[in-house]
Amino acid sequence: MDRTAPLVLGIETSCDETGIGIVRGHTLLSNTIASSMDEHARYGGVVPEVAARAHLEALQPSIEAALAEAGVTLADIDAVAVTSGPGLAGALMVGIGAAKALAVGLDKPLYAVNHLVGHIAADILTGDDVEYPTIALLVSGGHTSLLLVRDLVSNVELLGETMDDAAGEAFDKIARILGLPYPGGPEIDRAAATGDPTAIRFPRGMSRASDMAEHRYDFSFSGLKTAVARWVETSGADVPVADVAASFREAVVDVLVTKALDACARHDVPRLLLGGGVIANRRLREVALERAAAAGVAVRIPPLSLCTDNGAMIAALAAELIISGRPASTLEFGADSTLPVTEIQVAAAS
Amino acid sequence: MILGIDTSLGTAVAVVEPDGAVRAEAHSANPLGHAEVIGTLIAQVLRDAERGPIGATAAPAPAAPTHVAAGMGPGPFTGLRVGIAAARAFALARGIPVIPVPSHDAAALALLLADPFADLPRFAVVTDARRRELAYTVYDGIDGDGLPVRATEPALSPLADLDARLAGLGAERRDVSGIPAAMLALAAARAVAAGRTLADGEPLYLRAPDVTLPGAPKRVTG
Ligand SMILES: [Zn+2]
Repeated sequence: MDRTAPLVLGIETSCDETGIGIVRGHTLLSNTIASSMDEHARYGGVVPEVAARAHLEALQPSIEAALAEAGVTLADIDAVAVTSGPGLAGALMVGIGAAKALAVGLDKPLYAVNHLVGHIAADILTGDDVEYPTIALLVSGGHTSLLLVRDLVSNVELLGETMDDAAGEAFDKIARILGLPYPGGPEIDRAAATGDPTAIRFPRGMSRASDMAEHRYDFSFSGLKTAVARWVETSGADVPVADVAASFREAVVDVLVTKALDACARHDVPRLLLGGGVIANRRLREVALERAAAAGVAVRIPPLSLCTDNGAMIAALAAELIISGRPASTLEFGADSTLPVTEIQVAAAS
Repeated sequence: MILGIDTSLGTAVAVVEPDGAVRAEAHSANPLGHAEVIGTLIAQVLRDAERGPIGATAAPAPAAPTHVAAGMGPGPFTGLRVGIAAARAFALARGIPVIPVPSHDAAALALLLADPFADLPRFAVVTDARRRELAYTVYDGIDGDGLPVRATEPALSPLADLDARLAGLGAERRDVSGIPAAMLALAAARAVAAGRTLADGEPLYLRAPDVTLPGAPKRVTG
């Protein structure tokens, strides 16, 4: 195997995107994504069984499409990588079953890796040199996590995470309250475009002085959701949707950016990496860039196709593990829906 | 040589010659944990198959399956998918075809071949489908291609109704707790030899995903 620029095929099935990525070292060759998002739209959120069924159907065509795009064959691959967690257990198992059989069938090493650390690894594929340590804010429909990354393959610390809903889920739920379709993120963004973000002062979760001791870097969006619902219910027939959407979005963005920059300041790390599908939110990027600049913090935002769940980030993390000399995973691991972020690689052979 | 993979109940894998000679077999009876064991079991049967059939004296040669038989269920969805995903991925890795086989066909073939006088009465293979339901398929002997004859397609029945339903179909009940992967592979081999298809490529879920359409958002004010 080429340990300086390994050719790795990554499989990601932790939520509703079937992602197959192929990288050669730090170079992205293919990032193929099949999403079952449309199938979840009528339910207003990701339905695990629907997602898992869709993964099974999408896997083989996605692998074939990724290979064709990368211009390589399976025989060329140096290693297979797969997400083992965190995520939806039944969805993860589809990718794990496929990855193991692929690795055994090809007689190639298999690397089982952490989805959240994969989001950080995505940044390697942008071509610029990544500097550590960095604070990383990962925001999606499945997670909202604030991490301190001292070293991608050996030292990632969870500073805080959501205590209830993920930020993306909060967008979906508020969209429903406002009668907007799923997924809520882009809909709220659109509705908020003409709204006044200061019209209504919605609560900032986990931001009181009393929260600071134990939950300084944790998030909570359920109180915000209730506050928006109450405001909408009591405002009568004419709900100013644009103002509510803009004010809600501002509350979410404010908490995310405030806590991320607080982490940068308190850990003396002038770098912030953003990842996860909610990074698509225009206002979040705007506020993060503006306030980070004022705080002297450099912000990195990978292209959106590498921010949303994808297989390329999983391949990129495995490639980094290989480059740093890590042995492959053994075949015994399973899906771990709550895999801690400190477990960057799972079941590494000793 | 056919690699059989079934995860509709436990996890079962086997490597079988087209004539039915079993080169290697391995299984885990655990009704969970399919994702954990699938890779190890496939690697194990491939390794064991290198040594050739029992009594063979030739030097070990790498096992090179020509087909992968995939057990398509019915069975609990989460586990079932692991085996189908693995079968498809292994086939992709080796550039060989997947032969989908209803899992009950393998159990039926095992029952039929174990009956020395080939006069097994009409019977139903019955397996656990969770949620107080059973999955069943009724069979009527073996045909000229050596394949079990399905009298009904796989279906679900509430626990309490099954016996009456099978009495109505004139079928004896045969409860099965594991699917023999060697029989799955043999059924696939016989289907390939006869140019027949036993199942389409879709898993036999028999149940729609358990979801409810959301109603209006719950009120938070009184
Ligand atoms: Zn993610």
